[in-house]
Amino acid sequence: MDTKLRNRLYDKSFYIVGLFATLFGLIVLLTLLIDITIDGFSRLGWQFLTSYPSRKPEAAGVLSAWVGTVWVAAMTVVVAFPLGVSAATYLEEYSKKNWLREFIEINISNLSAVPSIIYGLLGLQLFVRGLNMDRSVIAGAMTLAILVLPLIIISTREAIRAIPTTIREASYALGATKWQTIRNQILPAAMPTILTGTILAISRAIGEASPLITIGALTYVAFLPTSPISLEFPYISLKGLFDPFSVLPIQIFNWVSRPQKGFWIDAAAGIMVLLIIVFFMNGIATYLRYRYEKRMRW
Amino acid sequence: MVTTDTAFRIERLNIFYGEKRALKEVNFNIPAKAVTAVIGPSGCGKSTFIRCLNRMNDLIPVFRLEGKIEYDGMDIYSKEVDVIDIRRQIGMVFQKPNPFPKSIYENVAYGVRIQGFNKKESLDNAVETSLKKAALWDEVKDRIHESAFSLSGGQQQRLCIARALAVEPKVILFDEPCSALDPIATAKIEDLITELKKDYTVVIVTHNMQQAARVSEYTGFFMMGELIEFDNTQKIFTAPSNKMTEDYITGRFG
Repeated sequence: MDTKLRNRLYDKSFYIVGLFATLFGLIVLLTLLIDITIDGFSRLGWQFLTSYPSRKPEAAGVLSAWVGTVWVAAMTVVVAFPLGVSAATYLEEYSKKNWLREFIEINISNLSAVPSIIYGLLGLQLFVRGLNMDRSVIAGAMTLAILVLPLIIISTREAIRAIPTTIREASYALGATKWQTIRNQILPAAMPTILTGTILAISRAIGEASPLITIGALTYVAFLPTSPISLEFPYISLKGLFDPFSVLPIQIFNWVSRPQKGFWIDAAAGIMVLLIIVFFMNGIATYLRYRYEKRMRW
Repeated sequence: MVTTDTAFRIERLNIFYGEKRALKEVNFNIPAKAVTAVIGPSGCGKSTFIRCLNRMNDLIPVFRLEGKIEYDGMDIYSKEVDVIDIRRQIGMVFQKPNPFPKSIYENVAYGVRIQGFNKKESLDNAVETSLKKAALWDEVKDRIHESAFSLSGGQQQRLCIARALAVEPKVILFDEPCSALDPIATAKIEDLITELKKDYTVVIVTHNMQQAARVSEYTGFFMMGELIEFDNTQKIFTAPSNKMTEDYITGRFG
């Protein structure tokens, strides 16, 4: 066979392989979605969202689970975002390029690949037992914060690195200090990408069950953490942080492992709730990226 | 030869990037309230040189300096000197227009804000004055809160000049300010530079010899990291005393 013909054949066959590979992922995702929807759609509704878990599958709901997920996700952001952005800023802007920085960099990359259950063991020992936080919202949030910290640091560093040097130079040339340059130019310009990375990291965190099971989050919760806002003085309360909790993945896991078929339907509906939350957060991330690309033209 | 006051007094300046020597034994007196052009072929060290004058090279980790640069009688590389003060007195405009991704107003106000002035009146005032000095006010006064990226390249460069002026420096350094601009925008920047020399000491690096001839009173010619010749611009372009300068001016190389 002559070379020309062979090359054309390779060209064609890679096109087909590539197309198949792309469709494969799409088909799997679609099958999953359709299957879940067929199973769970009938249960999804107001009653499902506002009921506590129950012994009877038709009466069970995800109220405590989704409220727990929102609590834990919010607290994870509160803990991980400032820590991650500060660490990334330090590494990019302040630290000298030496062996220590390389060592830290390699370890951060490695940490992002550590199985999440390991973080659960760390959380159990450090937060639940060591710091006596018990199986509380805050212990869960801290554990997940450590889990997503490497992701936030990596995406923040990439965002900072994408800011052109010319912007830095412009700021310094006007007599700005390093901190003024970071605070007023670099971080604001990098913020959309940082937020995108953070949202994606958090949407990974809210899908995690294993680290939270490891720290001992409850699987059957018929109450909510104390509301942070109340009508009585002092109106704001942080007591909820120290209450026990459950989250959606744990609730789903619990239902799936039950023998009654009714709970499997509940599980499917629970997965839909979780997926909706994750899609919604990814939607925000996409929107931010879109706006960023429109606004910034260097 | 040089009759006016001296702004910069540079003695035996040597610059190294790691092992590589970028400037060799440069002695150079830059006159005050005049335009001094720095010309030379690519890689001759002219950008390195101008970036020493406001210590922008400090940002490069492997940068090392020997010798002395005095501005207004003060050694700008001495330990007692605050680099922030230096940069406030000696502003800079870069090769490519580099406005901040903010509004026109905020771009100009930034330098004033970071000095701690946040009163609206004084900011408004500084923004208007600076934009007028940079001959941009009339073009942007109705859309001052729009993004700086909505301006054309030439307007962006004048915005960068306004931004530098807002800090009220004594010196403005131009590092090939027109290399990314079309001839009409270039002409506007050149007019502006001619206007600025009444109040400011101006140093301009350019690879465009006609530009040096048009805007400057004094010209220094650099080659391979050395200052070959420095004189009145007219003399450099009509009767250079060095053979290399003559060859460069007449286009035999470069």
